[in-house]
Formats: sequence, structure tokens, C-alpha cells
Amino acid sequence: MKKKLIPTVYRPREDKSFLSVIGKAILFYAILIAFALLFIFPFYYVIVLATRRYNTIFDNPPPFLFGGAFLVNLQTLLRQIPFIQNFTNSVVIAILATGTKIFFCTIAGFVLAKYRFKGRNLILALILFTLTMPKFILIIPLFRVMISLNWINTYFPMFVPNMADGLGIFLMTQIFENSVTAGMIDSARIDGMNEYQIILRLGFPLGAAGLFVLGTISFINSWNDFMYALIMLPNHSAHTLPVALNSLNIMAEGDFGALMMGSMLSMAPLIIVIIIFGKRIISNMLAGSIRGA
Amino acid sequence: MLSKQIQKRNIVPYVCLAPFIILFLVFYLFPFIFSFVISLTKWRGTDKMQFVGMNNYTFMLTEDSYFWKSVGNTLWLLIFGYLTQHLIALPLAIIINNRLIKGKTLFKTIYFIPYITGSVAISIVWGHFYNENFGIINYFLELMGLDRLNFFEAALVPIKIAIVVAWRNIGWNVALYLAGLQAIPKELYEAVSLEGASTYYTHTRITLPLLLPVIFFAVTMSIIGGLQAFDEPFMLTGGFGFMGGSGNTGFTLAFYVMWLLQRRSNLGGGTAITWMVSLFVMLLAFINSRITRIIDPGTFEHKTVKKTVNKNKVTEVLPL
Repeated sequence: MKKKLIPTVYRPREDKSFLSVIGKAILFYAILIAFALLFIFPFYYVIVLATRRYNTIFDNPPPFLFGGAFLVNLQTLLRQIPFIQNFTNSVVIAILATGTKIFFCTIAGFVLAKYRFKGRNLILALILFTLTMPKFILIIPLFRVMISLNWINTYFPMFVPNMADGLGIFLMTQIFENSVTAGMIDSARIDGMNEYQIILRLGFPLGAAGLFVLGTISFINSWNDFMYALIMLPNHSAHTLPVALNSLNIMAEGDFGALMMGSMLSMAPLIIVIIIFGKRIISNMLAGSIRGA
Repeated sequence: MLSKQIQKRNIVPYVCLAPFIILFLVFYLFPFIFSFVISLTKWRGTDKMQFVGMNNYTFMLTEDSYFWKSVGNTLWLLIFGYLTQHLIALPLAIIINNRLIKGKTLFKTIYFIPYITGSVAISIVWGHFYNENFGIINYFLELMGLDRLNFFEAALVPIKIAIVVAWRNIGWNVALYLAGLQAIPKELYEAVSLEGASTYYTHTRITLPLLLPVIFFAVTMSIIGGLQAFDEPFMLTGGFGFMGGSGNTGFTLAFYVMWLLQRRSNLGGGTAITWMVSLFVMLLAFINSRITRIIDPGTFEHKTVKKTVNKNKVTEVLPL
């Protein structure tokens, strides 16, 4: 009777033999390694091109091995665009964006999770509203706002609007709802701390896990942001790395080896970080996006 | 004394939320309303606003050929760049999840690298790959005895953009699906394996149904990203000056909006497009948030986050 209900399930277990398992493993590894090469090759190749003089880049067949022009390309890069300034801009903006976001989202998340006050539901609704609203809709009016604030070509437009963003507060609220108990807060009060001390002293250590998630997402987004930086930072000295690479790319007399050198240097920090903390960063980003939806 | 202290406590939440409230009003709510106002006017940013009613919308929808061109391009890129990659990402995730495979984290990390590195640098490197005379892709095509391709041709521009988009995003989806797969209880697989079920049966009857919420989430996120695609089309077609390459085949909606802003100072037209796209995106995001509630975020979190979240599973409220 049971057999009739699910007839297709029953198969002789012939494919469990040792050889077929080995064959399967080889096939699977072949597929995975082929894709891994596909994903890694461009990064290898950008290093190859970054170490070659621009005139050998255009050889046929194309070069596949490292050349010796690393320093020459670096010098050309530094001469053609204010690369050190651009790199500094990217670093400062990413740190400012991450630091301010961590601070404001922690205190906001803490009070939303642990205090009951008038207007709490309204604030939660506003946060949900910012989560569904695409940033795309704000870009033109924000551009006008930044012009009237005289903030174009400064660091401010790159981090101020997102200092206390909805996703971060939402994430921290969820973390604090479970990591901080009323008992902890009561005993801190008995110890004579005022409310602000409690929020800072309990919030940062107990929200640490959430802060890493938030920090990762914020740093990576800020480092890679292009569309927004493109209109907010039009001056060459104010460019962040992606915008600077774009202007080098469309520069008529741009040197190709230098362009590849710039691309390599702009990718390097994140690649190094992901090689070291890979697993953690990936799960942080996934958790952030799932919670944000 | 005590009442004074409690009164003091009462303002604490408002002080801590003040940054959010101020920033929300200035940088979210005001621009949100302002953008709708702009979309109803003719405005170059410096002159006086001129109210034109729904003219920007009707002009875009009925007369503007660039608008429909970019709608078509965006949808094409959405389907072939953002959605087709799921057909590669899901099987890859299933293979990585197979118990025969060692080094799951290594593969996942390698696949993830393209996603995490910025789209601009990536597009520059790929732009070189596509070069007609020196590019590596044409070199391999020639080795295989095929003709060299000019990737700036109208028909090839969308294809080259779609390839880069897919290449960049597969790793993200693999990681997402892999997390979803690892959350499926192993006992289910063991049970059907004892019954001698085929691989096909296992995946269609167990993996896919249980993974459905994650698939829905991943696909919706791809659609939301695809509707706002800008970086790759912009970088691979040479920027604002070329308007998406010959035949404008790389001109997406976001690209068109930015072009209207930067090159035409047509703020009214630009905001009208962002409103039409964003209403659609908000609808998708809303549906997504309803359906994604099924997914337990815990399955995606690193163990340190999980530890914190699960340490005290009591939600207590402070008496104030």
C-alpha cells in the first residue's frame, strides 16, 4: 500500500558504490573550481596589468604574467589624479560614516528596545517607512539640499544623512531587546549611574554583535558608493576612489597601467579584509539584509 | 526627589532619538515631499519653479522615446543580468552544500569577493576584457577560431553589462542560498536517503519547498537592485557623454535620471521617473517584508550575533 502512494521514491541503491561517489565528488569539485577561477581571474589579471607598462598591455597575445612596471605605473597614477587625497577621502568618509552610525544607532536602538514612552510606536513606524523607501527617490532633492547647505565637495553629504538610518536602529533595537535585561539596568541605577551612562556603558558592550554587523555593512557601502558620490563630490580633490577611477577612466590621455594600478589599490583593502574575516563579513551582510527587508 | 529623578528619566528617550528625528525630517521626509513637488514643476535648479501639473509624467509616458527605451533596457538587464544568475547560484549553492565537498567556506568566500569589491573598479577591468583589439575575451574567441567582437555595438552592449552584473552578484546569492540550505534539518535528507530517493526527488520535494521563502527574498532583492541599476551600465558605456552607447542600449532608468540631472538640469523630469520607479520598488519591498517574516534571521547570523540574541530570551520592559 505504502509503495503505491509514492512509487517514484523507490530506487535500487545502485549509485552508492565507491566509484560513483568518487566520480560525483570529482565532478562537483570541477564545477566549483571552474567557477572559483572565473571569479578570481579578473583580480589576478588586474595585478598583471597594474605591473605592466601601458604599451605592453596592448600586446597580442595579451600578457598573462607579471611585469616590472609597478613603480612606474604608481608614479603615473599619482601624477594624473590626486590619488593619495582620493584614498584619504574614501578612508575618512568610510570611518566617519561607520563611527557616527554606530554611535547614533546604538543609543536610539537602546531606548527603543528598553524604554516605553509616548511616540514610540510613531518612531517605529517612521523607521519602517525609511526601510521601504528606496534611496533613489531622494537623490535629486538631496542634491538640491546639499547645494543650499553649501555641502557639495565636503565630507558631510557622504555621512550626515545616514548617521541614524532606519536599518541600523532597527537592527540594534532587535539586539537590545534580547541582550539587555531590566535587572541589569536596575542594578546600574542602584550603582548610581545616570541614564546616559547606563546607555553608553551597557549599550556598547552588550550590542557589540549588532555593531559589527552594522559596521561591516556601513563601511563596505560607504567604500563602494558611486552614484551618490558622483554628484555630491564633483571636484577632483574631493573625489572618493570610485569617482576618481571613473574620471581617470574617461580621461582622454589617461594611462592604462595607471588606471589598472588605481583599480587594484581601490579593491585591495576590502579583498584583504574579506580574506581575513570572510565568513563573518558574509554572515553579517546577509543578516543585515534579511533584517532590513 | 524621586519624582524629579523620574521626570529626568522621561526625557532620556527623546534625547537619544533626537538625532534620528532631526535627520529623518531634514534628509528623508523633506526630500521625499520635495521630490514630489519638483516632479510637478519645470525647474532647472537655479531658476524659479514653474508649476506644470502632471506634465512631466505624461510627457515621459507618451512622448519621451528615451524613457521607454530606458524602461526596455532596464527590464532586459533585470531579466538577463539580475534574474538569470539565480539559475546558476542555486545549483552552485546546492553543490557546495553537498557533504562530499570540503572547504565550503573557502568556496563561499571566493565567490563572494566580486560582490564586495566595488562595481567601478570591476567594470573598468571588465571593460578592458571586452576591448576589441587587446581584450582577453576576443583573444580567446580568436583562439577558438571565432571572429573578434566589437562590444560597443548596440546589440552587444546589454549583453556585456548583463555578464558583469551576473558575475558580480552570483556570490551574494550563493551565500544567501547556502545559509538557507544549511538551515534545512539534516534529518529530512537522511530520512529520504534511507528510502532510496533520487537526487532529483530530494531537491524538488525537500530543498525547493523549504527554500522558497529565501528564494523569494533573493529574487525580490535582485529585482529591487535591478530597477535601480546604474554603476555597471554607466561605467561600461563610457559615462554621461555617450548616453548608454550606440543606440542607447545601455541607457537604464537610473542612468537616464542622472543624465537628466547632470546634463540637462531637468529636475522635474528626473524626479518624475524616480517616483514612478520608486512606487514600484516600495510595493515590492512591502510585499517582500511581509513574506520574509517567515524566514528566521537567526539562520543567517554569525554565531556571535546568535549568542547575544539568544542569551536572554525574555523581553522585559523598564518601568518608568
